[in-house]
Amino acid sequence: MFAYFANPDRFMRISAWALPIATVLAIGLLVIGLPWGLLIAPADFRQGESARIMFVHVPAAWWALGIYTFMALASFAGLVWRHALADVAARAAAPVGAAYAALCLITGSFWGAPTWGTWWEWDARLTSMLVLFLTYVGYMALWAAIEDETRAARLAAILCLAGFINIPIVKFSVDWWNSLHQPASILRAGGSAMDPSMMQPLLVMAMAYLAAFAALLMAGMRADVYRRRAAANAVRRARAA
Amino acid sequence: MTGYSGATDQPGEGYRRVQLAISDLALDRGGWRLFEHLSFTAPAGAHVALTGPNGAGKTSLLRAIAGFLRPAAGTIAVDGRAPEDAAPLLHFLGHRDGLKATLDARAHVRFWADVLGGGAVEDVLARVGLGRVTDLPARTLSAGQSRRLALARLIAAPRPLWLLDEPAAALDTAGKALLNTLIDAHCAGGGIVVAAVHEPLGAPTQTVQLG
Amino acid sequence: MIRAVLAVFRRDLALAWAAGGGAAAPLGFFVGATALVPLTAGPDPQTLAVIGPPLLWLTAALAALMVLERLFQADLEDGSLDQLLLSPAPLELLVAAKGAALWVAIGGPLALVAMPMALAMQTPPHAAPLAALGLLVGLAAFIGAGLFGAALAAGVRRGGVLIAILVLPFFAPPIIFGAAAASRAAAEGLSTDAFSFLCATALFFAALGPIGAAAALRQHLS
Repeated sequence: MFAYFANPDRFMRISAWALPIATVLAIGLLVIGLPWGLLIAPADFRQGESARIMFVHVPAAWWALGIYTFMALASFAGLVWRHALADVAARAAAPVGAAYAALCLITGSFWGAPTWGTWWEWDARLTSMLVLFLTYVGYMALWAAIEDETRAARLAAILCLAGFINIPIVKFSVDWWNSLHQPASILRAGGSAMDPSMMQPLLVMAMAYLAAFAALLMAGMRADVYRRRAAANAVRRARAA
Repeated sequence: MTGYSGATDQPGEGYRRVQLAISDLALDRGGWRLFEHLSFTAPAGAHVALTGPNGAGKTSLLRAIAGFLRPAAGTIAVDGRAPEDAAPLLHFLGHRDGLKATLDARAHVRFWADVLGGGAVEDVLARVGLGRVTDLPARTLSAGQSRRLALARLIAAPRPLWLLDEPAAALDTAGKALLNTLIDAHCAGGGIVVAAVHEPLGAPTQTVQLG
Repeated sequence: MIRAVLAVFRRDLALAWAAGGGAAAPLGFFVGATALVPLTAGPDPQTLAVIGPPLLWLTAALAALMVLERLFQADLEDGSLDQLLLSPAPLELLVAAKGAALWVAIGGPLALVAMPMALAMQTPPHAAPLAALGLLVGLAAFIGAGLFGAALAAGVRRGGVLIAILVLPFFAPPIIFGAAAASRAAAEGLSTDAFSFLCATALFFAALGPIGAAAALRQHLS
């Protein structure tokens, strides 16, 4: 897939129509998913109405991890096959991933206030999400700090891959350190423990987040490609003059 | 690592005889093509003068031959190997001398002999004219003396290919003469010198013009 | 090859302890910052006994951050790094030697000073050597992760803050296990599981840190 999209011109042609489609899809799914989850789906019998924030919180957590995985794959492709577009993709994905992680942390805090009686619970999943957020911040800071873009891309890719190893270790160590959270109920072995009436809007929201990511990613990548072309033109003009 | 040493075991035979071959080379810097379609061959004993205006890519070419920089196209072969695998065959002397202010001259030479793989270090400092300052920390050396100390690296660890970037910078007349003596002796022993220069240095056997 | 590794180790050790080498600064920071703890939390011995061991870990981690900025930047600026790349020994091993020198230069004295500091934090006397030993092991993990962060930011001017941002996520596992081992040691003596997790983390970071650092340094030299 990377080999096919590695051609910037082809990417620009495809994204020219894929970007509006993803945007419309994201808005449409949000328009369906938000009222479904927040108003129509049944309230949780233990946690009551406050559990509805799950429909915003859980997809953010999923895709914060998913986007980091995407970045790690793109970084790997950029390092090994030297595809400039893979570097562009990883760079453009980072702010979206960081925003999702932040959203997950903020909504997790709102959810914790009525449920656990505290605005912040240092449980394993929230803590590793915090570390993931910090990893995103470090990744973006590294990109911003290094002037030579080729070098910045390689270094950021190395950092991204190292972070990809670190996150599970953090998760494990915080798990070991303190485990107060309710067990993960979506991915529990032996099938889902969640009622379909709640599962369906959750999946719609997850698709909405994915579509929003795709749209933001393509928009960011297109902006980056335009910026690089402008910079290359400026150099060319300076050389010609 | 590779069991591949720069010096031969037999005394008097000089260096292991290697060849530097560059074909159809292109280098990029900061997203810009510095040069392309560069080809030349330097046999054992060659002294290559690398000339060209500032920004033509002289330093980048030397760093590419040293294996620090990956070519955008084309190949570099040192003794038939890619530069990354030929590190034990070459010296790189850049703009910066690689000195630590608090360490004395002798400690530097010993360090290079250990890290780069060299033999006895006793007479090396005398040969570059630093015999009287062996115990002085590098911060007390003048720019010319620092340069001479950097040159000591070339003889502290015998290696057949010398990549020199403006090696005469900061050297006085006697220092330049010393540099020429070192280069001539190195080439006479079968070594190769590739030197980026903007003023003629010694008697090069061939000239490569960039830009 | 071993000769090259030993040479790098000896030189970095000599440089760290020479004038301007900076080995004393993190030690002073460690003592000073730890001394502020009773001033913020109050001198109550019971409070100090609870928060003291974890806070020793926090100040030690921050002290380790201080030395990272110049670790590779100096070598990059003066051209020494080029020479390391031309050694027959792999860069990974030479970077590991630099890390080992730093560990001996900073970690050893810091662990020694940690013993009286632990006592001052109301750690029972039998647990103070354990706290120091744990810190010594933990600093290997901090330095392993720190090599990586320092290498990534080597070409960045005033990269200290950037290094801190890059490295702190990697400090989380050792600091969790280390502080847990220290707290348990103070409460109930040696806790084998916390301590073995700490050792495993330290081994992991000390082994992988130099590999990542060497990969990053090669990019800076290109």
